[in-house]
Amino acid sequence: MNERFIYLIEKCFDNELNVDEKTEFDSLLQNKDLKNEFEEQKRVKEVLGKMKLKNPTVEVWDKYWLGVYNKIERSLAWIAVALGFTILIIYGSIEAVEKFFADTQTPGIIKFAISALVIGGLVLLFSVLREKFFTHTRDKYKEVQR
Amino acid sequence: MIKRIINPGLSRKEKMAFEGYVKANMKRAYYSAFGILGSHDAAMELSQDAFIKAYRNFKAFDNTKNFFTWYYTILRNLCLNYFRDSKAKNEITFEDQIEIKDNVNPVQDLEQNEMTEKLWQAIRQLEFDDREIIILKEFENFSYQEISETLNVPVGTVMSRLYYARKKLAKKLEVFK
Repeated sequence: MNERFIYLIEKCFDNELNVDEKTEFDSLLQNKDLKNEFEEQKRVKEVLGKMKLKNPTVEVWDKYWLGVYNKIERSLAWIAVALGFTILIIYGSIEAVEKFFADTQTPGIIKFAISALVIGGLVLLFSVLREKFFTHTRDKYKEVQR
Repeated sequence: MIKRIINPGLSRKEKMAFEGYVKANMKRAYYSAFGILGSHDAAMELSQDAFIKAYRNFKAFDNTKNFFTWYYTILRNLCLNYFRDSKAKNEITFEDQIEIKDNVNPVQDLEQNEMTEKLWQAIRQLEFDDREIIILKEFENFSYQEISETLNVPVGTVMSRLYYARKKLAKKLEVFK
């Protein structure tokens, strides 16, 4: 469709056609196809004009800001919890590793096996997390159903 | 990053300004999301999440510009992600969410209800971009300029998209006749 005609239709709907544009628009409407196009657009516009989105209850609006505020507050709380948890885990892990290697009772082979188990577990965890958060976000074909 | 989330560095005055922006724009935010997503719960959730993202990035907001235009880009991205994720899980559900502006005549109710149902069915079958532009212009009464700034496209493109969106809607309404 002619871009100029679309421009004039939209301006016509907004009652913003100036005299020259009105004349130009009227002359374009002499064309039967363009007239039909305009009538179709007008009908849809009229139907849409009679509708509105349903209005939620007053309570929804009263609670809206509170909802936003609570979510901000909770996200801060979760970060604090996660931070505390991470520090404790790191501290506990360092303590455990120190005690584990300082223990003279445990045979060397067991120490080696446990170390291999822990290192293997960490590599697996890292690999899964990398796939989930790094590779997935850069996958150009993620929208393709396989 | 953590610092940005915990303390986006907003002064008391900025926090109050943000609260003012939320209260002034929450209805428009909700309705925009509602029209696009077609679900009260999803619209409520995503419009609020978008405000939270806006809060965390409020320092980047140029207050000489329109807050809603800036906010809407965040909301739009959340809606697109929601659609992408929901589509993958086949979870998109639309509720009946439009009504006649004024109850003109009770006798006409049945006919009018039928019309709203047909119209909503047609709207929900439109592509995201078409539905979005119809909602912004016809339900939210955005000007062409506002839509242009919000979607970051020229005014001519807005007019053209709107025209073709209405045309697709007309075609879908024909099918429902």
